[in-house]
Amino acid sequence: MKSVKLTVSAVAIVAASASGALARDQIQSAGSSTVLPYATIVAEAFGENFSFPTPVVESGGSGAGRKKLCEGVGENTIDIANSSSRIKQSDIDTCKANGVNEIMEVRFGYDGIVFASDINGKEFAFTPADIYGAIGANVAKDGKVVANTAKTWADVKADFPAQDILMFIPGTKHGTREVFDTKVIEAGCKATGAYDLFLAAAEGDDKAKEKAAVAQCNTLRTDGTSVDIDGDYTETLSRIDANKNAIGVFGLSFYQNNTDKLRVATMDGVMPSVETIAKGEYPVSRPLYFYVKKAHIGVVPGLQEYIDFFVSDDMAGPNGPLAAYGLVPDPELAKTQEMVKNDVAMGPLN
Amino acid sequence: MTAEATNMPAKARPSLYAIDPRTKRRNAAEKRFRLYGVAAVGFGLLALVVLLSSVLGSGLGAFRQSVLTMQVPLDAAVLDKEGTRDPAAIAKVTTIAYGKLLQDALTAELTEKALLPAGMKPKDVGGMISKEAPAQLRNLVLANPDLIGTTVSFDALANGRIDGFFKGRVTMESAKLDSNVSPEQLELAQAMRDAGLLALKFNPGFIFAPDASELRPEAAGLGVAILGSAYMMLIVLVLSLPIGVAASIYLEEFAPKNRFTDLIEVNIANLAAVPSIVFGILGLAAFINFGGLPQSSSVVGGLVLTLMTLPRIIIPARAALKSVPPSIKDAALGVGASKTQTIFHHVLPLAMPGILTGAIIGLAQALGETAPLLLIGMVAFVRDYPAAPPEGFFDPASAIPVQIYSWTQRADPAFTERASGAIIVLLVFLLVMNSLAVVLRRKFERRW
Repeated sequence: MKSVKLTVSAVAIVAASASGALARDQIQSAGSSTVLPYATIVAEAFGENFSFPTPVVESGGSGAGRKKLCEGVGENTIDIANSSSRIKQSDIDTCKANGVNEIMEVRFGYDGIVFASDINGKEFAFTPADIYGAIGANVAKDGKVVANTAKTWADVKADFPAQDILMFIPGTKHGTREVFDTKVIEAGCKATGAYDLFLAAAEGDDKAKEKAAVAQCNTLRTDGTSVDIDGDYTETLSRIDANKNAIGVFGLSFYQNNTDKLRVATMDGVMPSVETIAKGEYPVSRPLYFYVKKAHIGVVPGLQEYIDFFVSDDMAGPNGPLAAYGLVPDPELAKTQEMVKNDVAMGPLN
Repeated sequence: MTAEATNMPAKARPSLYAIDPRTKRRNAAEKRFRLYGVAAVGFGLLALVVLLSSVLGSGLGAFRQSVLTMQVPLDAAVLDKEGTRDPAAIAKVTTIAYGKLLQDALTAELTEKALLPAGMKPKDVGGMISKEAPAQLRNLVLANPDLIGTTVSFDALANGRIDGFFKGRVTMESAKLDSNVSPEQLELAQAMRDAGLLALKFNPGFIFAPDASELRPEAAGLGVAILGSAYMMLIVLVLSLPIGVAASIYLEEFAPKNRFTDLIEVNIANLAAVPSIVFGILGLAAFINFGGLPQSSSVVGGLVLTLMTLPRIIIPARAALKSVPPSIKDAALGVGASKTQTIFHHVLPLAMPGILTGAIIGLAQALGETAPLLLIGMVAFVRDYPAAPPEGFFDPASAIPVQIYSWTQRADPAFTERASGAIIVLLVFLLVMNSLAVVLRRKFERRW
């Protein structure tokens, strides 16, 4: 008898509350774990200073966030997708198919990618060519493609220390890996001349050749010298802690929070910092975006205020809390502010 | 063997005191087996000690927090320019202005007490205060506008690095390399502690405060997560116990034994072993995409965990029902009770301790579950407390294991301490639930 009563009351509670909670009053966003800290800092400050509820920020990855954004329009879909890489045409097509016709693209700053080793490790001054020479599967040697057999960094470049090569790089599901591949590995591949050799050896028309050569460039060693880390930077850090000879790939903000544990390497002779990345001197950086569903502006309370606040000088400006955490401010922030204020939807990808 | 035995000459009967080699071997085997057992238990205990000492060692710090006590003049010229004390006008002053106010107040106080080292910038002094403090001060002023113009004694959280210094996480050596704190700041903090301006105090905020962003680990708490977990457990209990008990009574007492019920039985056993993430995928499809329930809400979490817990409640409930001796049923039926009366008056009360034990253990498992919540948007940064039930079931919420998971991923090392602290809280909850199950079983279970 008791159980019957309980069931009935349970059903009654659920039914009664379902009718009472229809309108969503807080902003919901999801996406990149790189953007997550920035989004939480803004959400927190927004909740403190405005009369709107604190927005909910979910992580899960850039791609997952964009997919959720494109699920449709309505209360059960998110308002903002955080992304550490630009939206893809396939995402836009999915959005269109589900009735999400207008998306605002907001670039709020840049993020640097740094190479760092244990704080007591040796000092390194890398170029993309060094990284490629260390972990590329095939390298150019005397005008021929040969399998990479370098064991120590001294094998890669004579003035490096004779320390075993071991690199912890972000796994393929990370947005960071994309930047690492294009800005470091492909750049290094081209600089060492391996790209031209791959191109010459490839078959088919020009486009197919190029594609094959890039794919060849991005083939990394599988003999344990380069290890994919699928977890977060905290995992890379603990791996380096356990293996002092290793070199890991981190986001600039993560490094800035752990400067007492990590020694950062220069790239092309430039020390990574908010300033050098803003000036464009440090080569490995990428823009950070968030994408707003325009149909929700004016419907979800506070959405317009939130995105205005996100790109305001108080937050994303050079003296704001985001820069203090490691965001590289966008030099064209004023333009972005204007665009966000007028709710300009993004045009087709170029 | 037999040939050998028969060929052997008959031995004189050995003394009972002298142990023959075979008995010796058997005794040795028994001794060895006992040793294996002790070694196995010892290994388990050792693992427990290692786990507990590492969790307690790094997590207990989260329950104490460095707090700066200072006198803050609430300047009317800053907080209420027009002097109207209009709440809307006061609310326009942002936390940035309050941060400035706190920084000036601390600098003034340090100068007065002659603690301020020469050459230290006000910005570095302000950097020792948590970024949460301006928000707390602002809330205080908004709640009591009359305070404007007076000087209040205010307890501000210290910055996470300063706090880490007193907990041994940050040292002078690491501060030299750290871009977020300088040795001068640490020396000043030590001087302030000696002067009684800074103290390590019990930190109720860790239990009651909501999560905080990466810039203020010192303010992060478990409040929203504990509330979210409580809401979900309530939903799981209210749904899965009656459904589970009804299903097990039917299957055990009424259902005919045929291929179909066999199939159900196999499926229940199978579902109990299905990885929990599968239920998350199901929940996303059924409750959010199809049912239209809000994302990140505890109602969806509770429903998903109910699905996961059901088979884990049905199996022990059936075992408990089965263990009630048939003689009791027969006696009840014999004096003319109907089958339903027999079950509800006699079988169910006797099986209840076993059923409740199973339910509590099922709930404890659900409490520690993260994987299914990943997919329904509960692994999120949620800072606002959900409202009171039933509306609150539909508000976004977090959960304790989810909070642990997200804290371990953050860059600031202070969050490691928070994560371990949260593990302690979770372990306490689990310990309470599991001991309750043991007590119930001991107290009410009858053996025949």
